[in-house]
Amino acid sequence: MKGRWTGALCAAALLVGGAGLAARLDSWFLQWAGNRAKTLNPLDVFVGQGQRLFGAHFYRKADVYFHSGFYPSIFDNNEAFQTEHMAADADIAHDRNSGDEEEFLGGPRDLFDRFSRHFFPSQHTHLNEGGAGQNHQHGAPGHGDQQVREILPWLQIAATLDPELPETYTVAAYWLRERMGKDREAEQFLRQGLRNLPNHPQLLFELGRVYRESRNDPARARNLWRHASRVSPGWKEDATPQDQFILLQIESRLAKLAEDQKDLPAAIAHWQNVARFSPGPEHVFEHIAQLRQRMANGTNAVPFFLQP
Amino acid sequence: MKNSLAVAQVVLLEMIRRKDFYVLFALTALITALMGSVTFFDDPKIARYLKEVCLALIWVSALFIGIGTAARQFPAERESRTIFPLMAKPITRGQVLVGKFLGCWLATAAGLLVFYLFFGGVVASKEHTLYPVNYFQAWSLHCAMMAVVVAITLLGSLLLSSVAANLTMTTVLTLGILFVGRHLNKVALQAGEPVGTLIYGLYYVIPHLELFDVRDLLVHNWPAIPWGIWAIALAYAGVYAALLLTGTWLVLRKKALQ
Repeated sequence: MKGRWTGALCAAALLVGGAGLAARLDSWFLQWAGNRAKTLNPLDVFVGQGQRLFGAHFYRKADVYFHSGFYPSIFDNNEAFQTEHMAADADIAHDRNSGDEEEFLGGPRDLFDRFSRHFFPSQHTHLNEGGAGQNHQHGAPGHGDQQVREILPWLQIAATLDPELPETYTVAAYWLRERMGKDREAEQFLRQGLRNLPNHPQLLFELGRVYRESRNDPARARNLWRHASRVSPGWKEDATPQDQFILLQIESRLAKLAEDQKDLPAAIAHWQNVARFSPGPEHVFEHIAQLRQRMANGTNAVPFFLQP
Repeated sequence: MKNSLAVAQVVLLEMIRRKDFYVLFALTALITALMGSVTFFDDPKIARYLKEVCLALIWVSALFIGIGTAARQFPAERESRTIFPLMAKPITRGQVLVGKFLGCWLATAAGLLVFYLFFGGVVASKEHTLYPVNYFQAWSLHCAMMAVVVAITLLGSLLLSSVAANLTMTTVLTLGILFVGRHLNKVALQAGEPVGTLIYGLYYVIPHLELFDVRDLLVHNWPAIPWGIWAIALAYAGVYAALLLTGTWLVLRKKALQ
């Protein structure tokens, strides 16, 4: 009888102890940063942080589509494909490409190599210039059509998998408004990016371009670019080439905008910033000298009451 | 030839009775329809991602049907002991082999025809264009590749001890050639001697199945392959399939059926 009571008490103690431990662990688990159960997104639950790797893969995939499948493998010379051409052509990425992008395959190494090139894309084309099989002159602007839309699904998938890759939003937004006339969708996508990457200068810069180039709203564009310039890490000593490239783009856009609005002092200030980061500042200094001359001559000067 | 065709007919009937093709086709159609229902940036004309997904599913299905059917042929006959009544008939082992090969290959080719017709329908509905010449070339090249794969699988079914081992080995070999076969010459040039020469030798010896993978040309609307080049590729596959079948026949001739 005594043994039975002891057993029952032990079982009850274990039950209470187990329940208490579970309650304690549950409260800790709910606060734990690595808790995947916080989200209802199956990708977050099953793949976790690993989906960022796939995000980068699909971003690259968009560039493969930009070339209609003509793209180097890991066995080929990748020098001319260090930066995605869809991003470099959109002026939103620091171009690290070198070498001949037409010839990464090199000459045929043997008879079989020559024969096999009929069975995969072996000619360099860009979708914005007509894409595969089009009778176009490579590099000639104005020959493109809306085929560039084909890169967009991969960019959207990349943004879903890695919401903190700013190039995904800016590349998609550029081609959406530039070739497809979808500035509303471009703005929405950029704002989605800004929710994930608040105050990111690259996204603010591209949003400013939407307002300036697609909607002719220079006031909002200037505000966005000024804010982008303020928060840009490109000013820092340890800035990356990409940060400096974006800052250079922002400052040059601000300078052009100020010139368009006849605000020459502001334009000179921005051009001086451009000269600071430009790889070839001589032309910028020449331009600044011309602006100073115009100011001295009194032409195009903004009256003080119109100055911002 | 009449005997071989009779064996091939039995294999084809077996394929029609089995559920493999129907399940794979239904899955392909379902996944393609689901992917097609997604709209990116309110643009219904975006189609290439869908073509890529659909073609990837078709390729996986074709490999599943071709390798799966061919790997079962001889082991199933031996396990159920139906090989003995078959060989008791006035038919040679070579004729049985040719019949089995033709049956598996024709079944795969017929399945592929249905898949490619479906693909054409999907593209027509999305892009409002049809490229029948390109589709025909892609289908015929795909069938030619499957002839080589079926021949490899039949050889494996006689050399390897179990169906599972044969399925694994053939799949690994096929995927290996598809992914790196085209690049072996570049690897050989980077490697030192004598490894470089060995790899270059391997590059010439292996059947280059990746030649027949023209999915990128279809997805990105590249022009059709010149007919002369296409015909050479078909002949190339034919030669390899014939060589592999001859090797299989040499093994089967000496093989004890118990």
